[in-house]
Amino acid sequence: MLGLVLVAGVAVTALAAPLIATHDPGVIDAMRRLEGPSRDHLLGTDNLGRDMLSRLIHGSRYSLGTVALSTLLIMGIGVLVGTVAGYYGGLIDDILMRVVDALLAFPSLLLALAIAGTLGPGLTSVIAGVVTVWWAGYARVVRGMVLAMRETGFVASARSLGGTDGHIILHHILPNVVPSVVILATIEMGELILAVAGLGFLGLGAQSPAPEWGTMVSDARSFLLSAPQLMIYPGIAISLSVIGFNLLGDGLRDVLDPRARVEMPGR
Amino acid sequence: MPNRIASFVSRRALHLIPVWLGVSLLAFSMANLAPGDPAEIMLLRQMGQAPDAESVARIRGDLGLDRPFAVRYIRWLVKAVRGDLGLSYRTGTPVLRVLADRLPATLQLAVAAWLLSLVMAIPLGVIAAVSRDSTGDNFARVIALLGTSIPSFVLAYVLILAFAVTFRLLPVAGYDGWRYLVLPVLTLGIGEAAALARLTRANMLEVLEQDYVRTATAKGVPRHMVLVRHALRNALNPIVTLAGVRIGRLLGGAAIVETIFARPGIGKAIVDSIHDRDYPVIQGFVLFTGTVFLIANLLVDLSYAWLDPRVRLADTTKEARGSA
Repeated sequence: MLGLVLVAGVAVTALAAPLIATHDPGVIDAMRRLEGPSRDHLLGTDNLGRDMLSRLIHGSRYSLGTVALSTLLIMGIGVLVGTVAGYYGGLIDDILMRVVDALLAFPSLLLALAIAGTLGPGLTSVIAGVVTVWWAGYARVVRGMVLAMRETGFVASARSLGGTDGHIILHHILPNVVPSVVILATIEMGELILAVAGLGFLGLGAQSPAPEWGTMVSDARSFLLSAPQLMIYPGIAISLSVIGFNLLGDGLRDVLDPRARVEMPGR
Repeated sequence: MPNRIASFVSRRALHLIPVWLGVSLLAFSMANLAPGDPAEIMLLRQMGQAPDAESVARIRGDLGLDRPFAVRYIRWLVKAVRGDLGLSYRTGTPVLRVLADRLPATLQLAVAAWLLSLVMAIPLGVIAAVSRDSTGDNFARVIALLGTSIPSFVLAYVLILAFAVTFRLLPVAGYDGWRYLVLPVLTLGIGEAAALARLTRANMLEVLEQDYVRTATAKGVPRHMVLVRHALRNALNPIVTLAGVRIGRLLGGAAIVETIFARPGIGKAIVDSIHDRDYPVIQGFVLFTGTVFLIANLLVDLSYAWLDPRVRLADTTKEARGSA
């Protein structure tokens, strides 16, 4: 429940950022650098006099936006590849699953790091890196579900009624696969937020002055001793979002499927 | 029986060949993902100024960059199998040498963090499961949730502020003796321990509901014997299976932790070579990490099959890996 509240809170913040934020996150005020909390600046200002709270609020768009877009792509590719491999089997299944195995043969973060880094800094590279690595686990899970489903009565009866492959996949298989995939994505979301923030921290994601949370932590390193709050605030923002998604994921898992826990094969 | 095990081992090993080829292809493509011409980048690195077209063309010929992708890949692979991963663009050192130099720092960190996480997580998970829904359980769960949710790079600076700045107990960064290992190991180990504790608790809860635990209790076996002999042993099996995966996670986490604490390990080397666009090093390290990870998973599979006869008997084709 707390998870749902946190996730909803962060999501609303991201959607309504321009309405909530009291200041423009990019406006520099050299006279008011590193101020403490005040009426005007609820969380104080950063090393360039920018309003900390407004930067955090706008940062949710970068951090969560990246993760949301990545998740959609990951689910799309994972479901597509997993369904094709599981439904058609044979050579195409063998080839696709070897690709999946090869991707899962790496520590996810390290491979995403290498790909994003090689493509050059920027949010697009981060999304490309994360998506290239993360879809593989989904494809394997989906393939397993489709394989099991292919043997069940309702697929066989749909086929004996003359249903085409496309019809069976679209109307019988996907409606059964997608809900589980959404749950899986919720459970994995926390991990993905950490990965994206980690890449941002390493300087591969959004570049400053963009208020992406990982980038903000990285920028705050020079002020660790004089103004640790510059690092603590975005750190708390990341942690709260991850806690929210982890709690929500745990809750969904308990409510919908208390015994068979969906575990990712990799990571 | 030995025959069965031998065929299980060889089947698993054979299965690895196409996967490893995929890993190597991925590693090799790294340099080709990058915007820009590797020859130009290499010359720029070495001369510090934009090279003229003639020397770029010469280097392209020397490096074989004018050949098709497939030819370059096969050449690179054949050399890599012989232990020649090329030379670093930046320093001219053989990549294998760089790897060998960087490996100890990462191994120390990963192994120590892994041990620390086991020592912290298993008691925590077991105690939480045994006293389910008590204050202790709730406390342990909150700690574990925080541990998995706080980014390592934030935890690292909190630890630095506490132990290195405020109390001046430990050095911040560097690589010179065990004192430099403490904070990185804590950073990496705490997150890992939290994830493992959650897993241990969940597995213990599941096992404690099994019939054989009830039977043992009904027979009058002392509680601590039931917990250790019957429950914990079975609850730990999936954790052993995940050990290979977890070690891979630690390697990934090491990239961030080593960068923060300036430890000259593999993770930091990858981050540095990315910033330097030192492609041979990136390729070599990606290939190395993937290979190590594959071997670790193979060993874990084998040890699991050794522990649990059902796995090797039921294993018909590749299905077991997916369900493991």
